[in-house]
Amino acid sequence: MSIDTETARRVAKLARIKVEEAALPALASEFNAILGFIEQLNEVDIDGVEPMTSVTPMRLKRRSDVVTDGNQQAAVLKNAPDAREGFFAVPKVVE
Amino acid sequence: MSDLNKLTIAAARDALRKREITAAELTEACINAVEGADALNAFVHKTPEIARAQAAAADTRLAAGGAPDLCGIPLGIKDLFCTKGVPSQAASRILEGFRPEYESTVSQQLFDAGAVMLGKLNMDEFAMGSSNETSCYGNAVNPWRRANDDAALTPGGSSGGSASAVAADLCLGATGTDTGGSIRQPAAFVGITGIKPTYGRCSRWGIVAFASSLDQAGPMTKDVRDTAIMLRAMAGHDPKDSTSAELAVPDFEAALTGDIRGKTIGIPKEYRMDGMPAEIEKLWADGTAMLKDAGAKIVDISLPHTKYALPAYYVIAPAEASSNLARYDGVRFGHRAKLAQGDGITEMYEKTRAEGFGHEVQRRVMVGTYVLSAGFYDAYYNRARRVRALIKRDFDLAFEAGVDAILTPATPSAAFGLGEMADADPVQMYLNDVFTVTVNLAGLPGVAVPTGLDAKGLPLGLQLIGRPWEEGDLLNFAYTLEQAAGFVSKPAKWW
Repeated sequence: MSIDTETARRVAKLARIKVEEAALPALASEFNAILGFIEQLNEVDIDGVEPMTSVTPMRLKRRSDVVTDGNQQAAVLKNAPDAREGFFAVPKVVE
Repeated sequence: MSDLNKLTIAAARDALRKREITAAELTEACINAVEGADALNAFVHKTPEIARAQAAAADTRLAAGGAPDLCGIPLGIKDLFCTKGVPSQAASRILEGFRPEYESTVSQQLFDAGAVMLGKLNMDEFAMGSSNETSCYGNAVNPWRRANDDAALTPGGSSGGSASAVAADLCLGATGTDTGGSIRQPAAFVGITGIKPTYGRCSRWGIVAFASSLDQAGPMTKDVRDTAIMLRAMAGHDPKDSTSAELAVPDFEAALTGDIRGKTIGIPKEYRMDGMPAEIEKLWADGTAMLKDAGAKIVDISLPHTKYALPAYYVIAPAEASSNLARYDGVRFGHRAKLAQGDGITEMYEKTRAEGFGHEVQRRVMVGTYVLSAGFYDAYYNRARRVRALIKRDFDLAFEAGVDAILTPATPSAAFGLGEMADADPVQMYLNDVFTVTVNLAGLPGVAVPTGLDAKGLPLGLQLIGRPWEEGDLLNFAYTLEQAAGFVSKPAKWW
């Protein structure tokens, strides 16, 4: 599997990271080095092996469905780059 | 008493309890050491006021008697841990200015035990790296240098600041985190001890997430006893982390008897890599002989899927990272890019993440995005998770066959020079974790112990891998190895 510039552009878009056009070929080549390394996994016989979901044999615990926290608007917004009138502010999304 | 910052945790604990020294004096010695060590770039946010207040509280508690082991002990905290009101940036520009409104469970437990925080420690950005060269704060520097050579060396990564600070006696111990080797490789590069506990032993709550199924916090200290003491304070069940284990935390220090007679140590043949330096071979053989002399039975074992651990890791870890790092979008915390006229929300995300994430982080997020994308999920991600199951089974079978612990080298080389790997392809850097990454994939505890010096006078470490939840036994093997190796070298002060 070889990654071309077009695929690199698509992946950058999916990851929501702006990559300048001029940087795409180098990025594609780095992807290829990493994916080439990963290709080794195709040598392994994985027939009948389930994908690991939990490294320790335990069920994920479930908490009770109750309110444990709240009324912390100021704390929640404290680190926001732009907060107005008790909300996170972002560029206009809907015209 | 002079040079209080050079004490071990155990020695300081005993002196504090006898009131031979005060927490205030000990803390002041460490603050001075930190102030004089800017050349190491280990501490990136210093908190002397917090430290002095905590030390004063510790002295009150010590005077009352019955204080916990860590009461009054000055520590450094890796920048990956959220510490309330104190910058917690994961060494990333994208979290510039972020001051958490909450405290991570591990750091809270340390403070509840009376520990003193000197500041936040340098690391690779989002813990992605093996040399501390991806940090937004610049490189942390290893206090060790090669003989007759002033070249700056890496302290390893990602917990490079933690390693450098402990080795240089700036603090008595430090927290680290380990996703693929990020405690054990830096510990080995600077000649200190560090353990990655069993997955689930320490709460991950409040630690900036990299790869959630692999991340574990652990202590980095001057010797094995200190690791045992500090681990006990860090560990324990936390309802806020659904993967934290509901198991009692034993007194790990009490397990350090030095008696390993009748125990079985496995030597995995697959770790004898092609082109392994003769010095590493010898270190490993010497360590094996030490454990044998101490009464352990040595057996050759096979972990056949070892070779596939790194490739599996470089699917699973980026996949989880791409998901975890999706939260850095310029909306709720940290950096937001300046927008041009007409930019919408997508441009805000894209510019923010391009400016905020460094190169290695961007690369891993994109690799993770790719292996999880439609059409590749089964071929890459699910295949890697199947291989991971086989890697874990290799260890399960070895333990079922009666092996109590496994001895391997900790790293394929001694510390390398900062900048030396700049032109290498990313995979070359990834190979640093070849001996450690299997342990994260299998969720096992692993400890790095310094046992020797290379020809240039740099420390080298061995790794012991233990059964799940048996950190006490594992640390006892490490303690036995430490006693036999008698590693006491310290870096000559140049900073």
